[in-house]
Amino acid sequence: MTSAKTIEEVLKQIRPEFDFTASQDFIADGMLDSYDVVTLVADLDKAYGISIPGIEIVPENFQNIASIEKLVHKYAALK
Amino acid sequence: MNLLFRNRRIRGLLAVVPAHERSFVDEMTNFQFPVARSLKLKQVMGYDKHRLVDGPVCSSDLACFGMECLFEKRLLDPAEIDALYVVTQSPDYLMPGTASVIQGRLGLNHDMFCLDINQGCAGFLIGLFQVFLLLDQPSVRTVVLINVDVLSRKVSSKDRNSYPLIGDAASITVIERSEDDSPIHANLKMDGTRREALMIPAGGFRLPSSPETAVFEDDGENNLRALDHLRMDGSAVFNFVQVEIPPLIEDLLATAGATKDDVDYFLFHQPNRFMLQKLAEAMKVPFEKMPSNVVEHYGNSSGVSIPVAIAHNLREKVARGTIQACLAGFGVGLTWASMLMRLGPLEFCDLIDFP
Repeated sequence: MTSAKTIEEVLKQIRPEFDFTASQDFIADGMLDSYDVVTLVADLDKAYGISIPGIEIVPENFQNIASIEKLVHKYAALK
Repeated sequence: MNLLFRNRRIRGLLAVVPAHERSFVDEMTNFQFPVARSLKLKQVMGYDKHRLVDGPVCSSDLACFGMECLFEKRLLDPAEIDALYVVTQSPDYLMPGTASVIQGRLGLNHDMFCLDINQGCAGFLIGLFQVFLLLDQPSVRTVVLINVDVLSRKVSSKDRNSYPLIGDAASITVIERSEDDSPIHANLKMDGTRREALMIPAGGFRLPSSPETAVFEDDGENNLRALDHLRMDGSAVFNFVQVEIPPLIEDLLATAGATKDDVDYFLFHQPNRFMLQKLAEAMKVPFEKMPSNVVEHYGNSSGVSIPVAIAHNLREKVARGTIQACLAGFGVGLTWASMLMRLGPLEFCDLIDFP
């Protein structure tokens, strides 16, 4: 499964009511709130065996699937 | 700001938590979130149970209960108390200060210094700094530092942002001069420009409480609270901690000529498990050296959370021996402070229930 697909699956586990492929700004569009982002980070850490640093938990890193994918790849490369 | 103290020791520490316990699972129905979403958050943040006062219990009630327990067990003699500092953001009254209330209720002598300090999450550190400074006075030999808050009474039960993690508690720390002149290094920063990240907007003189300030409003993320309630910008506070605390600790250790390996335990303020684990990862500190389990048992009791963490996790260790502890408090103000000190052996270290 591509990382974009995996990320989409993780997002749907948190907010099953939304289509995350249809938005380019999850937070502005009300699809993720601050605690959803925390849950998302915990789930991504587990799914990819990484540890996203706390300083990276800022809205711009979680705007859309592409930005999340970029973040995941950055820390997966450090493994 | 760097601080340096010598010849000070903590003689004993008692934490008091309400016996009244609530669970996150029971409280979930108060929140405007699907159960599944709340349960996921419970798992990540470490929410489980918290201790809250039941009814109109005030800060001086918790504090006096703890003090009377110490008097009864002869661990503290009322006559030996030269100063009583109370760190609280939930005073019994706007005036008089809660230290005066406690002094009066306990019938303590008049020849003493009573002072309230309005501080929160960093309040244990700030309180220790103030007490250490006071102990320079030759006439001051024994000081009681009380950290206490009953903030659950100012948090909306419909606010999932804050209510699950809040806890009420008091701690009584007896501090005195010591023959040991080992340095106690500390540092401190404050930033009032970010003060609104953690506040109770109404109830002071800027915006007195009124029927309007009691109206519940949605914060845009399905949390309901009024202006009379605690308001926390979770993202701002999380980011503040992750950015500011690692360099604060690095500076402290560098000043002290110490390394992380020299520290037995990092006893930090307990906001929630996720924040502390991310902090431990950023600082490359093993989780077992940085306890993060207070919120799941008792809740986040603001300035009392460090004493609760010590009493819950380390009471046997600090009763029998000495640990090298790095303490850090961070939060409301915004304020962040840390201290490196040898802790123990303590004459008493315990955690008791307020019935």
